[in-house]
Amino acid sequence: MREVLEGSQAVARTVARCRPGVVCAYPISPQTHIVEALSVMARTGELSDCEYVNVESEFSAMSVSIGSSAAGSRTYTATASQGLLYMTEAVFNAAGMGLPIVMTVANRAIGAPINIWNDQSDALALRDSGWLQLYATDNQEAADLHVIAFAVAEELGMPAMVCMDGFVLTHASDVVELASAEEIDAFLPAFRPQQVLDVDHPTTIGTMAGPESFTETKYLQHLRFLDATEVIESWSHRFRDAFGREAGCLVSRYDPDTLERDHAAPPAAAEDIALVAMGSVVGTLQAALAPMRAEGERVRLVGIQSFRPFPEQALRAALGECRDVIVIDRALELGAGGVLTGNVGRALAGTRSRIRSVIAGLGGRPILEASLQDVVRRARAGEVGRLEFLDLKEGGVPLPPVGATEVAR
Amino acid sequence: MTTVHIPFLQTGTLAVGGRLLGEDDRSLQSQADRPSSLTKGHRACQGCAEALAARWVMDTAVEAADEKLIVANATGCLEVFSTLYPESAWKPPWIHSLFANAAAVATGIAASLHSQGRDDVRVLAQGGDGGTVDIGLAAVSGMFERNDDVLYVCYDNQGYMNTGVQRSSATPASARTATTPAVGRQPGAPVGQGKSMPKIAMAHEIPYVATATVADLRDLETKVRTAMSIHGARYLHVLVPCPLGWGSSSSESINLSRAAVQSGIFPVLEARAGEITDVQRIRQRMDVEAYLRPQARFAHLFKPGGEDALERWRALADANIRRYDLMGERS
Ligand SMILES: Cc1ncc(C[n+]2csc(CCOP(=O)(O)OP(=O)(O)O)c2C)c(N)n1
Ligand code: SF4
Repeated sequence: MREVLEGSQAVARTVARCRPGVVCAYPISPQTHIVEALSVMARTGELSDCEYVNVESEFSAMSVSIGSSAAGSRTYTATASQGLLYMTEAVFNAAGMGLPIVMTVANRAIGAPINIWNDQSDALALRDSGWLQLYATDNQEAADLHVIAFAVAEELGMPAMVCMDGFVLTHASDVVELASAEEIDAFLPAFRPQQVLDVDHPTTIGTMAGPESFTETKYLQHLRFLDATEVIESWSHRFRDAFGREAGCLVSRYDPDTLERDHAAPPAAAEDIALVAMGSVVGTLQAALAPMRAEGERVRLVGIQSFRPFPEQALRAALGECRDVIVIDRALELGAGGVLTGNVGRALAGTRSRIRSVIAGLGGRPILEASLQDVVRRARAGEVGRLEFLDLKEGGVPLPPVGATEVAR
Repeated sequence: MTTVHIPFLQTGTLAVGGRLLGEDDRSLQSQADRPSSLTKGHRACQGCAEALAARWVMDTAVEAADEKLIVANATGCLEVFSTLYPESAWKPPWIHSLFANAAAVATGIAASLHSQGRDDVRVLAQGGDGGTVDIGLAAVSGMFERNDDVLYVCYDNQGYMNTGVQRSSATPASARTATTPAVGRQPGAPVGQGKSMPKIAMAHEIPYVATATVADLRDLETKVRTAMSIHGARYLHVLVPCPLGWGSSSSESINLSRAAVQSGIFPVLEARAGEITDVQRIRQRMDVEAYLRPQARFAHLFKPGGEDALERWRALADANIRRYDLMGERS
C-alpha cells in the first residue's frame, strides 16, 4: 500500500515490523520522532514482545543495546550528532564484540557551534568504528534499508548504521510503500545470535586481549568486514526479488539519459564528468541535472549506498575511465578535504580520474540546484578546484583575521 | 552419633567451614560442591579482598539463582585479573563491555530476558568503586531509578587500583594515592570530598541496599541471599581492602576490614526502600588507629603534623556511631 508518511514514521513502522526484542534510545533531534513512535507502539502492543527502555543517556542506550544483543535479542536504537559522539566508546565496543545491533543515524552536524541541521559529519566521524554504514537516498530507501540492515548485520555478526539525512528525510513526508509485517517475516530470518549469554552454555564475552592476540582479532574483524560487500549485495538482490524495489546496493548508477537508477548503465567514458554523492543530495542532483540534460549535457551520477564497507570495486566499475570525478561531500575533514572524497580518492588510486571535492550543505545549508548546475558547467570548462565550498559567503561572514593563515582554494 | 565429613575450605568468623552449625546453616563456601563461579587461576594479588568478596558474592548469587545467573562486569581489577584471553576464570555467562556501563549492560540483559519470557534467569552487575561511584554513576543511577531487576555489587577498594592506585571519589580523606601524594600542606586525598554510594543508592528508594565487608563473610553471603530473594534494583557495597593500593600486608585484609567496622569507619547496614532497617552493632570498639596504622597510605598521619588528621578520623568514627547508632541497644 502506498501512503504518504514522514520519513521518521516510515522508519519506525518498518523497524517495528522487524520485531526487535529490545528498543532503547535517548532523544535527540532529528531522530526523536522515530523513537517516540516506537515507544507508543511498545505501549499499544503494536510492537509485541518488545521491551522499550528509557535511559539516561546515549552512552547507556548503546550499553543497554550491547547487553540485550549479547543476551540474544534483536536490538534497535537510534541517535544523531552529539548523541552518536556521546556513545562513541560503546559504539566501537559493540562492533568489537560482534553484536548485530541496528541503529538509525538521523545525520546532523556536530557542534560547536551547535547546529541541529543536517550534514553527515556525525556518522562519518565514526567511520572506523567497525559498523556497517548504509546511506538512504530517500524515505523509501531509508525504510527498506532497515530490513536489509538487520539481515546483513545478523548474518555477519556485526552492527549496522542506517544513515538518513536529518530533517531532509526524517521530517519530510513522501509517498512510500512499507514492507508489511508478513512480508518481513517471510524475508528476514529469525535472529540466531552467533554468541549469547546463555545459562545452559556459559561463555565469557569481552575478555582482555594482550599484544599477542589483539592484532589477530582485529585482522579477523577486517576480513569479516571485507565479506560484508558480498553479503550486502546478496541481500539487496534478495530484497529486489522479494519486493521489486531497489535498496541497499553498494553503489547506484544513474542512466545519463533518463537519470533513473540503472545498473546496466555503461561505465563512464574518458571524456565524461561524473558526480558522486551520498544520501538525499542524490535526489537534488537528479533534479538539477534534468534541465541540463535537455540542453545536451551528459553527466554521470553515482550514488554511494554503502559507505562502510566502502565499495571500491563497484565504484571503479561505475566510474570507468571518467576524466573528472566531482564528489559532493557533506562532511569536512578539517585541513584536508571532504570525508567521502578521501575514500573515493583511495578507491580510484592509480586511475586517470581527477578528483574534485565540493563541500556542500554543512549544518543544513540548502544545496541549491542552481549551485550544482554551476559546478557542472565549471567542471565542463575544467574550472572546478581541488577543494571548493559550495555557496561559500566569502566576505559575507565576518571572520576575524587569523594570523598568516591563507584560505586554500 | 553420626559424623559428617566437612571439607575445610574457608575460615571465616565462624571457623572451620561452619562446623559449629547445623547443616542447613552452614556457609555455602564450606560445601564441597560450592558453585566455584570464580575459579582458581585468576591473577589477583595475594590477599586481594576484591577476589575473595567476588567469589562469595558470585557463588551465593549463582546458588540463589539456581545456577541461572548472567553477570555484567565493569572494567577494573576484577575484570582484568580474571579474563586475560584466552583464559577465563568465570563459570557463569559473563560479559565485560566497558568501564562506565556495567549497570546499563545489565539493564539490557534484563530487558532482553524479559522480552524472551525468561523470568527464571537473574542478572548481576559488578564493578569497582571507580566504575560505580565516578564514571559509571549515571548508568548506575539510571538502573536504580528504573528499578531494573539487577543486583549491582560495588567492590570498594577506595581507589582506581587497576590503573595503578589513583584517587577515586570513594578514596577517604588524607589517603595517599598516585594522584593525591602525601606531600604539601594537606598530604593525601583532600578532606571534604568524596561520596557515599550507599547513601546515594538509598536516596533512590530501591528495594534493597546493604553494605558488607570480607571480615564477616557469612554476613556478606546472607546479604547476597537476601538481595537475590528480591526483584527490582538492589545494591550491595562491599569494602575490599587492596594490599597493593593500601600498602598493607597481604595477610591483613580481613583484619583491616574488621577494624574498619569495629572503629565505626565503615557502617555495615541494610536498608529497604530508602529506610535503614538494620545496622551491625560494634562488638568491641577499636580505635581508628587499628585501622589506619597498618596501611602505608596513611603513614603520614603518624608523623609529626598528622595529629589533626587523626583527630578528624576519630570525629568521623564518632559521627558514624551516632548517626547509625552503631553502639546502641536496638537490634
Ligand atoms: C573510559 C575509560 N577511562 C579510563 C579507563 C582506565 N581504567 C581502567 S580500570 C580503571 C580504574 C578502575 O578502578 P575501580 O573501578 O575502582 O576498580 P579497581 O580496579 O580498583 O577494582 C581505569 C581508570 C578506562 N578503561 N576507560
Ligand atoms: S591491585 Fe588491589 S584490587 Fe587489584 S588485584 Fe591487587 S589487591 Fe586486588
